[in-house]
Amino acid sequence: MQQFFNTALTGLTLGMVYAAFALALVLIWRSTRIVNFAQAPMAMLTTFVALVVIDAGYSYWLGFVAALVSGLVLGAVIERVVIRPVEGKAEINAVILTLGLFIVLHGLAAVIFGNRYRSFPAPFGLEGLTVGGTTIALNGFGVFTIVSVLVVMGLLVALFRYTDVGLRMRASAFNQEVARLLGVKVGAMLTLGWALASVVGSLAGLLIAGGSLVHPSYMDSVVVFGFVAAVLGGLDSPLGAVVGGLILGVSLSFVSGYVGSQLVALAALVILMLVLTLKPGGLFAQAPERRV
Amino acid sequence: MRDRIVSLRRHVLARHLFLALVGLLVVVVVVESVSDYRNTQLASMAYLGIAAGGLTVLTGINGQISLGHGALMAIGAYTSALLLPDRDATVPLTVVVLAAVAVTLVVGAAVGLAAARLHGPYLAGATLALAVAVPGIALYFKETLGGEQGLRVVMPDIPVWVLDAVFFVTGQDLTRSRFTAYVGWLTLIVVFLLLANLSAGRTGRRWRAVRDDEVSAELAGIDLGRARVSAFMVSAAAAGAAGAILAFTVKLAAPSAFTLTLSLTLLAAIVLGGLGSLAGALIGAALLTFLPSVVTDIGRNAGLSDIQAAELAPLVYGLVMVAVILLAPTGIVGSLRSGLQRARSRRRTTSPTTTSKGTAS
Repeated sequence: MQQFFNTALTGLTLGMVYAAFALALVLIWRSTRIVNFAQAPMAMLTTFVALVVIDAGYSYWLGFVAALVSGLVLGAVIERVVIRPVEGKAEINAVILTLGLFIVLHGLAAVIFGNRYRSFPAPFGLEGLTVGGTTIALNGFGVFTIVSVLVVMGLLVALFRYTDVGLRMRASAFNQEVARLLGVKVGAMLTLGWALASVVGSLAGLLIAGGSLVHPSYMDSVVVFGFVAAVLGGLDSPLGAVVGGLILGVSLSFVSGYVGSQLVALAALVILMLVLTLKPGGLFAQAPERRV
Repeated sequence: MRDRIVSLRRHVLARHLFLALVGLLVVVVVVESVSDYRNTQLASMAYLGIAAGGLTVLTGINGQISLGHGALMAIGAYTSALLLPDRDATVPLTVVVLAAVAVTLVVGAAVGLAAARLHGPYLAGATLALAVAVPGIALYFKETLGGEQGLRVVMPDIPVWVLDAVFFVTGQDLTRSRFTAYVGWLTLIVVFLLLANLSAGRTGRRWRAVRDDEVSAELAGIDLGRARVSAFMVSAAAAGAAGAILAFTVKLAAPSAFTLTLSLTLLAAIVLGGLGSLAGALIGAALLTFLPSVVTDIGRNAGLSDIQAAELAPLVYGLVMVAVILLAPTGIVGSLRSGLQRARSRRRTTSPTTTSKGTAS
């Protein structure tokens, strides 16, 4: 029973991270109809930025902020310079482009920061918390993970629902032509969308890295999990991405705990195929519409 | 009219056979005149070329993308490794390659059936998941598949008649690495011959029709699903053969050889060469094989450490890949072709300019 409970808890914590990553993918998909496979190395690169700041003797929090800010800049620059020319073109070109970026950022990180494992600090204890005399599989950093993802989601909801900029971003995502006619600077909104998504992705990267090892390819499997989570939620819905992330996190945690951690990625593949075959629009799809 | 079409088709086959023969001659000359080290490189180029050839048919001609070809190569390589466990294995290499192709074909059919329903980013994501998932299987079934260490591949002794035949033709003794290079390049020539014929014929026209316009293709009586699945199976079979050659070359089938990087690298190869052209796939494979050492040397001379310089190569072809998509979406071969066409039409000022097709859409 205790193992069951702990596996579920670990899954929920991981699920929060996958949810954040899926959210980053969904934000970009909604505005530009591109799945940004380069999200993983982008997050990896910003995590390395944090590591450099922390290794230089500054506090974890300065590194944390540095990573998020560099994520913001990186996302905006990549959208403006590389992605803009293929927006609205054949979708396979955009897919290949993000994969090319994947290789570039990977190589860049390996050249600058070295192709080896480095440990990344965590700001809170990694000892399991004690509840009623038993230690549970949730530590201080896990609590921080859950809280920070929730805070970011709250901020995003507030941005999209209550601010002028958020409204404009929603308008550009909904219909570029009409938004442009109404005086929205669609280009700037798309850049902002990519920048925000990149910040959320960086957060996911930092949360995965905390108390663990970083390496140029440490996010590679996370992009798969984030994608599966986003597809679970329908790829179009931020709320769906969060629920999808949690479902995926818990399921994968059970596979890892009861079957074997080597088969986690295979389980993700099976879940993805099941969703795409049975409910291609995601778990919450209502309108029967061809997407896949 | 009918006669003319038939003669034209014969003509295509004759041209492919002629090219294959010329290729064979070039291979013999090159393999015999370079060192053992270069021959190992040539064998690597062969397996990259075979896999890239399969992928370029899938992506360039049928318009499906696959990031799972590294995983399919892994299946071919593990099949070969299981058939060649020690020196006593009596399975001829041809049978090993065919077995690798057969197993990968079955897996490819399963993946293709699932993939036929998907397009664009969904397909990319699903095959990406495949690429990440397959190495885990080898880790999980440690007893049969060797876990992290992988399986050793023991090449059988070179048959005596091959030794005699090669000595008769070239007057040199056949070394083992030369033999591997021959096996790799013979396989490549056979695979490319088959792929070229398939894509020049009726099957290839169907694949292209499905790529260019699903609705028109369906109206013309083409079964979309069947066309997609058959393209995926053919492509997977090529990846299986490539996996077998990889196993022969590196003499090991281990999960670390089949990372996501391998799949992405194959994609880079076909994008660099030009989507949909087998010559482009070969150029891409050559770049992937020989560029790294050049780039590494340049990096070292520029003052980078050895480890850093070794990481420059992927950076360079990633950059080139991005540049190709942004500037010349038809790749090296496509750009050359349209350049030639433009030059030709300039000479014959009367003829209308035919714009070459963009990337598979």
